[in-house]
Amino acid sequence: MKIPVGWLSEWVRVPWSASQLGSRLTLAGFELESLTAAAPAFSGVVVARIEGADPHPQAHSLRVCRVSTGPGPPLTIVCGAANARSGLKSALALAGARLPDGRTIQTAMLRGVESQGMLASAKELGLGDAASGILEFPQDAPLGEDLREYLRLDEPVLDINVTPNRGDAMSVLGIAREVAALGATVVSGPAITSAAVLRRERFPVRLDAPAGCPRFAACIVRGIDNTRQTPPWLRERLRRGGLRAISPVVDVTNYVMLELGQPMHAYDLGKLRGGIVVRLAQTDERLMLLDGRTVSCAPDMLLITDDDGAVGLAGIMGGERTAVSPSTVDILLESAWFAPEAVLGRARRLGLTTDAAQRFERGVDPTQQERAIERALALLLPITGGTSAGVDVTAAAAQLPRRESVTLRRARLQRLLGAEFSAAQVEAALRGLQMSVAPTDEGWQVTAPAWRFDIAIEADLIEEVARIVGFEAISERHAQAPQRFRPLSEATPAESAVLAALTGRGYQEAITYAFVDPALQQALFPQTPALELANPISAELAVMRVSLWPGLLQAARENQRRQQVRIRLCERGTRFIAQGTDTLEIDTLAGAAAGPRTPEQWGAGASQADAVDYFDVKGDVEALIAGTGAAESFRFEAAAHPALHPGRAARVLRRGEAVGWLGELHPRLVKQLDFTYPPVLFELDVAGLAVSRAAYREVSRFPQVRRDLAVVVDEAVTLSSLAERVTLATSSLLRELRVFDVYRGPALEQGRKSIALGLIFQDISRTLTDDDVERLMASVIADLRENLNARIRE
Amino acid sequence: MSELTPLTGEALAEIAACADLAALDAVRVRWLGKKGRITEQLKHSGKRVASEGTETVVALQAARQAIEGALAERRAAIGAAALAREIEAGRLDVTLPGRGEEPGGLHPVTLARLRIETLFRRAGFDVASGPEIEDDFHNFGALNIPANHPARAMHDTFYFADGRLLRTHTSPVQIRALRERGAPLAVIAPGRVYRCDSDITHSPMFHQLEGLAVGEGVSFANMKAVLHGFMEAFFERDLAMRLRPSYFPFTEPSAEVDMSCVFCQGQGCRVCKHSGWLELAGCGMVHPHVLEACGVDPERYTGYAFGAGIDRLAMLRYGGNDLRLFFENDQRFLRQFRAFRA
Repeated sequence: MKIPVGWLSEWVRVPWSASQLGSRLTLAGFELESLTAAAPAFSGVVVARIEGADPHPQAHSLRVCRVSTGPGPPLTIVCGAANARSGLKSALALAGARLPDGRTIQTAMLRGVESQGMLASAKELGLGDAASGILEFPQDAPLGEDLREYLRLDEPVLDINVTPNRGDAMSVLGIAREVAALGATVVSGPAITSAAVLRRERFPVRLDAPAGCPRFAACIVRGIDNTRQTPPWLRERLRRGGLRAISPVVDVTNYVMLELGQPMHAYDLGKLRGGIVVRLAQTDERLMLLDGRTVSCAPDMLLITDDDGAVGLAGIMGGERTAVSPSTVDILLESAWFAPEAVLGRARRLGLTTDAAQRFERGVDPTQQERAIERALALLLPITGGTSAGVDVTAAAAQLPRRESVTLRRARLQRLLGAEFSAAQVEAALRGLQMSVAPTDEGWQVTAPAWRFDIAIEADLIEEVARIVGFEAISERHAQAPQRFRPLSEATPAESAVLAALTGRGYQEAITYAFVDPALQQALFPQTPALELANPISAELAVMRVSLWPGLLQAARENQRRQQVRIRLCERGTRFIAQGTDTLEIDTLAGAAAGPRTPEQWGAGASQADAVDYFDVKGDVEALIAGTGAAESFRFEAAAHPALHPGRAARVLRRGEAVGWLGELHPRLVKQLDFTYPPVLFELDVAGLAVSRAAYREVSRFPQVRRDLAVVVDEAVTLSSLAERVTLATSSLLRELRVFDVYRGPALEQGRKSIALGLIFQDISRTLTDDDVERLMASVIADLRENLNARIRE
Repeated sequence: MSELTPLTGEALAEIAACADLAALDAVRVRWLGKKGRITEQLKHSGKRVASEGTETVVALQAARQAIEGALAERRAAIGAAALAREIEAGRLDVTLPGRGEEPGGLHPVTLARLRIETLFRRAGFDVASGPEIEDDFHNFGALNIPANHPARAMHDTFYFADGRLLRTHTSPVQIRALRERGAPLAVIAPGRVYRCDSDITHSPMFHQLEGLAVGEGVSFANMKAVLHGFMEAFFERDLAMRLRPSYFPFTEPSAEVDMSCVFCQGQGCRVCKHSGWLELAGCGMVHPHVLEACGVDPERYTGYAFGAGIDRLAMLRYGGNDLRLFFENDQRFLRQFRAFRA
């Protein structure tokens, strides 16, 4: 909301400088977004008159003008504007003038003619974007006066953010009321008097939807000339208020809207058929709007209609058929009140935002429709001529909003704010806002003025008091809270510890979007249905992730594209799994690693350049598992996953229940996604990492004995089946089983592998003898031979 | 006696010439071994007549002692020299880089969030969470934002076909926490939120911190104290705070929270757009309709709620000026934030 300070000052005495005003308003809830001058900086531009305009001898698109700025001899100015004509008053940038774009105007030869300055357009002076020729001023414009003086271009303009609850403040008048309340002064606008009525004439109006439109003021004006120029001061105010000048009729209705907050409309009376009926639309009733768009209405939309159908979308925009044009002679001015509920959301549904809708949605003063018309007439008739036929109001009084009184208790005010305000402070604040205030035993009965749509309950009044007195008047005070202990579950893994396990192993935590590329996700999870956004921000961010892998792989690709060869990323976040009509939001921890096994370093042996493989990342997953205090409850099981290498994928199980996946990206996808190194991925449900309180086990004080064993078995025999047999065969004396080598090669028969195991034995109550250990080894060997067709390598 | 002195001298010369322990041992055997020259003479002297023998034995024993002393001394010297050589050979360029994995680090938003959680826990707040896919009731209706409300236009909401939506703020957690736990309570709810908006300061996904305290006599003055205390604790410095009246449908009175700029101490700089203030949160007293919607008696209980952008707090604390960079996950960008933080 743009408020030129000069305009505001016509309505209220502003006791502050513009910047003080801005900060006062800011601290009263009207945030100052910017404070600028009405025009960008320029100098050396004056009002001038074209005394004569002759064709340029060398260029037929140019004219050579004689331009005077006062009593001296006229200057010669070469000008290309089509409207540069003899007798016109315009803006002349003299030699030495500086324009907003930084240019300095100099006397210059233009196609052989010396030009002693430049006639300027609105655009060149930063006074609007209309570049259709040089500025045109009325004949009373004072010759030679500096343009900044003439148009008061140094006027400060506040751009204020008005919150949606304060429709009443969306006008010069509304802000003036706030200034009056803050500055303890009164609103005193220009006197608005009724225009002379020579001949009463009434246009028929019927309100068929009185709940939505209980009040409709109209006025016929005949005999206007809409081709006249709106005076510069009015055009300038519109521009400073953020609107463009169009024609006198439209400019004046817009002016009144900016000034009083009452949106108005003007119909070309000659194009209206029969009478006006305000009613709800029929389903799919069509209307071509002023902006040329045709909309299809819904039955909850309010229309202004005549005998031939809709002529306006009530409170939003007028229709094309009855719009005023330069040739319009007779008009009907409309100043109606539409209930917020009848306008709310309609414009947005139709993809429209209009100044009228913004105001009606938030609430327009239901008492000043006639006043608005009178104000408009007072501005319009001097410009266009014509005569008013009297303001005529059609109303359904019972449907107009009434302001109920609201109770404000002193004790409540004090309790909610935690501060004590005196009765005088409270009453001054509320009366300053033109509320009627009646003291009672407990506090006050307060009635808000007609324009306030946001005062319905006690809290609304408390807010007003606090706002006007000032939030800074409430001192900070710490609450005395009882010292309570909330449960702290040790089963829930500490987030920072989980993440530290990964960051300690080289992972960088990432945060990726929860919506991902449907194509990528489909390639990774062809069978998992994903929840689609109805209005995604882009086609690449259109579905909710069913896994953190699409986001991590995307991030990995981006890093690879930026020459980051070694990638280690992890993320904790939600994945979204559809379950019937519901969606499970699963707290998930995932990672992706690709590239050389270790950062490039010296003297680390040949294997450092090897790509990270399944077992490297399995080590990372095992580190996470170790953090649960129950590593033995986890198992890795070869399983098929559409995103993973069929031979290098494992489901992670905890006590038999799936809690995650680990594996190398499927070679097809490695190629498809252009990865230089195949990424290895893992994903675990955070719930699966719940911490078990570790059972205490006594540590044996007796020596441990180690025996190594190289076992040749079929390829199909997994380590876990081997370990299971060894465990069974050694009872409780096996303390630990280590794998220190896996060998395949010419020394072995085809399809067999050799696994080198280190078995560590220990008893809790005695020293194991050689005999004991030999017996255990014999039983292991016998078991493996019998059950796994194993051969023991010597 | 006199014939022994050159003998000792010869032995000592041999010892001195030894370069290593093996040579030294050979010398020892030659002189003091079982058949060594000194040993042999000692044997012979025992067979001589006692009168002249005693004198010779004493001399021989003195010679043996001298040789033994020299041997020990030489042995120690050779050992020391060997150790010195070993040390010299083992000298490192200690400026070469160390080996092993390079540690990763946490995302700056996580760093900020964990810090925020710690601070609020210490002040007696619990940490709560809620779903990211919400229904209209929790995201809007219960927060006093009915359909068609102009405030909805401020939330560019992502919808699903069935009418559910991605939460546009963490405020729904207020509703859930109050309904589940009732009053009194004090919680914060940090989390991801979503709006259809993307530019240098807006990302379609970002992080918010919600706070809620409801109890008997919880006041605006308490809210000011908590917000000010939190901001100063988070930034580890004294800051001025001002509350500007504002509008949120779910609080009343409502306010925007400005803190004096953490970069220029309120003098005005690029970050605060020369205003000296940074807008860091929104807050207000919980609207009675919201308390009612959660089954809490607004006559008995009052409360305050606040919301702040975690990403912005992270940027102000740890650096960075383009929110989008936070979610591009460039490892070079992310690595800068590695540190032991709390």
